[in-house]
Amino acid sequence: MAEEKKIKVLTGNEACAEGALAAGMRFYAGYPITPSSEVAEVLAEELPRLGGVFIQMEDEIASMGAIIGASLAGTKAMTATSGPGFSLMQENIGFAAMAEVPCVVVNVMRGGPSTGLPTLPAQADVMQARWGTHGDHAIIVLAPFSVAETFDLTVRAFNLSEQYRTPVILLLDEIIGHVNERVTIVDPGSLEIFNRIVPSDPPDQYKPYRHTESGVPPMIAYGEGYRFHVTGLAHDETGFPTNSAAEIGRMLERHHRKVEQARDHIVQVDPFMMEDAEIGIVAYGSTARSARHAVRLARETGKRVGLLRLKTLWPFADEEIRSYIGQVKSWIVPEMNLGQMAHEVEWALAGSAPVTRLNKVNGDPISPPEIYQIIPG
Amino acid sequence: MFNYESYLRLDKFPLIWCSGCGDGIVLKSMIRAIDKLGLSKDDVCMVSGIGCSSRLTGYVDFNTLHTTHGRALTFATGIKMAKPRLHVIVVTGDGDATAIGGNHYIHAARRNIDITVILFNNFIYGMTGGQVSPCTPKGKRASTAPYGNFENAFNISGLAQAAGASFVARATVYNAVQLEKLIQRAIERKGFSLVEVLSPCPTAYGRRNREGTPVDMILQQKETTVSVAAAEKMSAEELEGKIITGVLTDVERPECREEYQKLIDSFRKEG
Amino acid sequence: MSFRYEIRLSGEGGQGLVLAGKILAEAAAVYDDLNATQSQSYGPEARGGASRSEVIISDDEIDYPKAVSIDLLLALTQESCDRYYKDLKKGGILLVDSDAVNRLPEGEFRVISAPIIGLARERVGRALVANIVALGFIAGISGIVSEKSLRSAIEARVPKGTEELNLTAFATGLAEARLLMKN
Repeated sequence: MAEEKKIKVLTGNEACAEGALAAGMRFYAGYPITPSSEVAEVLAEELPRLGGVFIQMEDEIASMGAIIGASLAGTKAMTATSGPGFSLMQENIGFAAMAEVPCVVVNVMRGGPSTGLPTLPAQADVMQARWGTHGDHAIIVLAPFSVAETFDLTVRAFNLSEQYRTPVILLLDEIIGHVNERVTIVDPGSLEIFNRIVPSDPPDQYKPYRHTESGVPPMIAYGEGYRFHVTGLAHDETGFPTNSAAEIGRMLERHHRKVEQARDHIVQVDPFMMEDAEIGIVAYGSTARSARHAVRLARETGKRVGLLRLKTLWPFADEEIRSYIGQVKSWIVPEMNLGQMAHEVEWALAGSAPVTRLNKVNGDPISPPEIYQIIPG
Repeated sequence: MFNYESYLRLDKFPLIWCSGCGDGIVLKSMIRAIDKLGLSKDDVCMVSGIGCSSRLTGYVDFNTLHTTHGRALTFATGIKMAKPRLHVIVVTGDGDATAIGGNHYIHAARRNIDITVILFNNFIYGMTGGQVSPCTPKGKRASTAPYGNFENAFNISGLAQAAGASFVARATVYNAVQLEKLIQRAIERKGFSLVEVLSPCPTAYGRRNREGTPVDMILQQKETTVSVAAAEKMSAEELEGKIITGVLTDVERPECREEYQKLIDSFRKEG
Repeated sequence: MSFRYEIRLSGEGGQGLVLAGKILAEAAAVYDDLNATQSQSYGPEARGGASRSEVIISDDEIDYPKAVSIDLLLALTQESCDRYYKDLKKGGILLVDSDAVNRLPEGEFRVISAPIIGLARERVGRALVANIVALGFIAGISGIVSEKSLRSAIEARVPKGTEELNLTAFATGLAEARLLMKN
């Protein structure tokens, strides 16, 4: 009995909540918004049972502030939202990046701009996830394509956030958020969980923003005998504001370095029938499911086509795409936006192979036949 | 002679505050209040937003957090809910708390979460050069109200009272002894506690409105304020233009984090 | 050769079609060890109280979780029948409520008309369980999910205290379907 697999049928939003709990998340603050509210609803029920905190805030700005506060107090924290709420969170996402506060922000993408299409899918927040807050900053963005993977990538989002002291954004889309699908629940004890590295120095020598080799400074919670300062202002190793150009440059470069030098660990792609592919499809989220089906259909007719599915959207999988230069003669990038990722693919390929865009922003998903039809040959 | 030094990060001095600013008096009153209460510095978490007063968190030797404009209470809510054993004190200004942060302000008061708010009311945006704030009195001048403010001002304390705060008091830097006592009581009272401190800004507000020297501005606080006790005996006409100081509200009300703890405990008993 | 079976449950809001879809998916995934997805439509598609729930069942990975070529369409209202019958695949099955749907479309599919809601109301005693009666029909007609698995999924998913009622509803639909299939 102990080894019996536990199979459940869950939605992506439910799996996200389950994954967060499995990762050790014990603080959720959020504001209701379609199509993400089920994440909050599950956690409102579960967190108090586990001794964790669930609080519905007055808006998304407050939700983001609250999870940063909770994380600084030593608790793994997250919020979930959709387009308009994600826009409101941007200012404090920047704070989390600047002050290097681990936290996870889930955005179940719906059609935009503005109120847009509250109940219909889109993938139009890819660039906002990367550059939504002002100023240069490092960020990690993950995008699952199934309910099972939503569980896994939610756990991973927490791990990466704790390991690199950075906000991590999990981009679902409405289809993944709401589809019910089979999930095999693993024993939480078998999951690999990363907890932030705490300092070994005594309080009087602790520097909350020490320039370490990994680029990630050890982090201690408030109230543990280390009295330090955290600010959204440019600061030095001690955490206090500075006007020194050298210190400011050093710190901002470290923020980038800590993510960029770990990009091989962070970036994950899932190649499907890419071994001999001459035509490559780059897709992510629910669109990758349609793309995979289109690949199967095309393979039946003998076309050498494959799918390079992005699990990590940022940092961008440029090296992984470039590794197919010479083999893949042309690329297709289907996405439920007007070409946000296609642009990156074109940039990565630097003209070495043509890229065909397939874009849809009317709230309808991109279906397998739509992709199949534009596969050349 | 009280020794402030053990509470200050002296290497961060000099303060950015102008000479004649009232904020230093608030800082010292706050330190004395915390000292009287015997709180461990490790257990105090001080959170601020953006503005002159919010720079205070950089100068005090507690767990300190200098957040985004208007959002200090949201971060503070996260800290208090996650680690209720910490004494969470929010330092904010009139613009920070009631303009950009107005929504968070009323909701934190509504939740009656155990956070002490020291709100420095200088009637103006000082740091950015004297723009009009929601608390600039009608008719007064600001860099963005060059012909006089045509809007009505907020009653900051009234907002917190109406929203459900446990403790609300108004103080002046003129009466620093009372200020210290009010801060002490505010920290002691469970729930959302507000001390609205009238703190003159000679640089951005006083000069533009011909309020005289910093000393004149402080002395003027004596003239324009009346105590709660005195106000009770005054007619509406007599109270016209007066600001009431002292304890405006002090009640025991269920506190947000404790209410939440009851929920957690109910499951513990079950399980 | 792997299979992919697409079911669309359609009617109006309040008929429990989302729950029925979820039960169907759970029966297939949890108890029959197949892959299954269930999704529903919101927004303009569901306007005017219309409700639509889709279940895909396969022994292989399910790529696209939306129905594209429907094997079995349940229509509990005339409106849903009119709107969706064109999505049926050649040789598919159109299962309609015989009281609610009186204009039957023509096409290369098999039509099965039965008083699903009436059976729930009169035979089971609660019109509310028409969704579960419909599940009995679907099990009897398609055989895509086993009777045993559906019973287990119903028991696990319906509100506590209503298990018997719902299992009776399921049995009623299943028996009627078997009668129909014999003829």
